Amino acid sequence: MSFWTKLPDEKPEQAEDEALEQALKNFRSSVHGWSEAMYSQPRQTMGVVRQTSWRVAAGWALGCVLAVGSVAGGVYDHHHRQEVARIAAAAEAARQQKVAAEQQARKESEDLLAKVDSDVSRAVPSAMEPLARLMADDTPQ
Amino acid sequence: MEAAAQEFSSVVQAHRPQIFRFLLASTRDVDLAETLTQECFLKAHRNWDRFRGESSAMTWLMRIAINLEKDHWRNRRLQFWRHTRTNSVDLDEAGEWLPSGERSAEQKMLAREQVQHVWNAVERLSARQRTVFLLRFVEDQELNEIALATGLSEGTVKAHLSRALGKVRAELRGKP
Repeated sequence: MSFWTKLPDEKPEQAEDEALEQALKNFRSSVHGWSEAMYSQPRQTMGVVRQTSWRVAAGWALGCVLAVGSVAGGVYDHHHRQEVARIAAAAEAARQQKVAAEQQARKESEDLLAKVDSDVSRAVPSAMEPLARLMADDTPQ
Repeated sequence: MEAAAQEFSSVVQAHRPQIFRFLLASTRDVDLAETLTQECFLKAHRNWDRFRGESSAMTWLMRIAINLEKDHWRNRRLQFWRHTRTNSVDLDEAGEWLPSGERSAEQKMLAREQVQHVWNAVERLSARQRTVFLLRFVEDQELNEIALATGLSEGTVKAHLSRALGKVRAELRGKP
């Protein structure tokens, strides 16, 4: 339906303005009537409150889950770090032990060689020892 | 202290229905309008001693209501993960309300259709245009009062009003 039903000799703008004015008046009355009806009726706030409290409870539950999760995550992370550190320390100790064992073996080997050298030098007959000393003194400096 | 409380109480009684009506028309949500009205008067009560009377109490309250509504929609946009359904009544339902005057059935139908068209146009207005339009044509406020309530200049109010009326006019013409 059109609101611009033009009367004879009436300008279209005038008809438009009148229709607009009428529509705005009706709109105003409608909003006022609606508002008065809603304003005077008792509010049913229980549903809202229940819904709100449910949301609050859900929010708290979610918050608790997140808090517990983050604490548990922190504890797990701490434990994991400790475990890694313990394994690293054990590996380092084993490495140091191995190095020490190698050093010990090397030292023993050197000692053995020195002992053999000394034993070999002592194998020169005692009658030859003065000659051997002379030869040692004659070596050019 | 007692006098101030009495004065505030009379302000609440005088202006509460109007604030509720404006918020209802803005949001089309009865519960939300009620909640925002309560918040508005709570805020007004907290700041009542700062009210200097430079504008009327109504204009001051309307300004608070407009800001609360703005904050509400801003917060809703930010809380996009929340339940997004609103309790807004649809436009058909909002347009059903008409005062029971002495009208013929045809007049009532025509009036209902006009109201429906205006609601359709209001739905398409920007937030600022809607506020200005409702203050002017539902609350019967003068341009200077609207300017004070919205914090806009009178020229800007006029411009918004003109654009809003243009859209209502187009909707009534059937060319939105």
